[in-house]
Amino acid sequence: MTPYFQLFRRELLLAFRQSGEIGLALGFFLLAVVLFPLGVGPEAEVLRRIGAGIVWVAALLAAVLSLDRLFAVDHADGALDLLALSAMPLEGAVIVKCAAHWATTGLPLAIISPFLGLLLDLDAASVAVLAVGLLLGTPALSFLGAIAAALTLGARRPGVLSSLIVLPLYLPVLIFGAGAVEVGIAGGGARPHLLLLGAMSLGALPLAPLATAVALRQALD
Amino acid sequence: MLTRLANPARFMRISGVVLPPLGVATIMVLTVGLYLALFIAPPDYQQGESVRIMFVHVPAAWLALFAYLVVAAASALALVWKHPLAEIAAQAAAPLGAAFTFVCLVTGSLWGKPMWGTWWAWDARMTSVLVLFFLYLGYIALTNAFDDMARGRRAASVLALVGVVNLPIIKFSVDWWNTLHQADSVFRVGGPTIDPSMLWPLLTMGLGYLLLFKTLLLIRMRAALNEAKARALRLAAPARRPAKPLPDATPVLPPVLR
Repeated sequence: MTPYFQLFRRELLLAFRQSGEIGLALGFFLLAVVLFPLGVGPEAEVLRRIGAGIVWVAALLAAVLSLDRLFAVDHADGALDLLALSAMPLEGAVIVKCAAHWATTGLPLAIISPFLGLLLDLDAASVAVLAVGLLLGTPALSFLGAIAAALTLGARRPGVLSSLIVLPLYLPVLIFGAGAVEVGIAGGGARPHLLLLGAMSLGALPLAPLATAVALRQALD
Repeated sequence: MLTRLANPARFMRISGVVLPPLGVATIMVLTVGLYLALFIAPPDYQQGESVRIMFVHVPAAWLALFAYLVVAAASALALVWKHPLAEIAAQAAAPLGAAFTFVCLVTGSLWGKPMWGTWWAWDARMTSVLVLFFLYLGYIALTNAFDDMARGRRAASVLALVGVVNLPIIKFSVDWWNTLHQADSVFRVGGPTIDPSMLWPLLTMGLGYLLLFKTLLLIRMRAALNEAKARALRLAAPARRPAKPLPDATPVLPPVLR
């Protein structure tokens, strides 16, 4: 287990020491959410109606923006080659890197989301559903995003390309994440939506690293 | 069969023989199908003449899904068995599938305006077909994103397999979510519910679309192989131009400096 923990620790250390990495994603997330009340007008009913959707869309975009951090730097400085050569299976390394990516992007977003929910005039129950939904759904964003990040290694304009590839894959997460809050507002139970979100993350956990590792091996050929 | 066709030269020979009759058959079936669909099939008792859009729309939807299946199967062949033609087939099929998806979306929109009163609705099937269109675009963009074309094709194969999860969602979206788009009336348990006078034109059009897809796929694969050959020849060919004497490199200096 130790090499996995060491890799996880390294990823976290890099994210914290390259100061601003985490702050950048959070700042983008906040700003994107703030743009909407300014764009559609500050009426509380409108914001309450679309609030969950706004937060989820902003979370998706923040996740896409932070994807290049997953492999690009390690690819450029050769650390990725060492990871691929090490005794650790590449799929395992991918899982650890995705977990670290989630801990530095998805988790902070979920933690500050209640605050944003208050800005958008969501009631307490909706805020809770929103935060739990983000907690359950954002791991899927990291795992699916890793596929796109690995596929676009070495491409021309990898940033635009990976967002084009990954956003269609993110749509189910968006639909059920925002849907959970809407169903809650309409008076239904949010539980099925939340369970589906968790299922997506759990399904992506073993499957996405397989595709990511194949893509990484292609990039390192 | 697949192994035999793995030799590009043999593939070029066989496909060159198959292509002309296939093209003729495509034109004939499409002509008959369009005639049946536009003139023979009766107008619908509710939809009137605009039901005829269905004969263009539904086969396009079938082929949009089928083409993705071809792309994904060819990608799997390429990744697992390193079949040399499979990547070329996948790359050739993707723009065709994107075109069929586009036709499906546009004709559906044209039909939806008079029938549903809206060009577009965020219903489950329409949204999932739109996602299929974006998957095609992502695939095409990824194949062309690398300086090394082989790397682009390999990366796109992985993406094609990841995107397969969308296919069952499209197929069963009308059953899982009861939204605007009507359910299947042709390929369903218990036989088609569509009247035979409309079913036969529809199936003829479907066959015509399928033949069209196969013809265009063969043409595109042959073009890709010829292109690769031309590039290889260009790179291998010695510089045929007669070596022109280089212009004299010594600068003409003013007499003072000599």
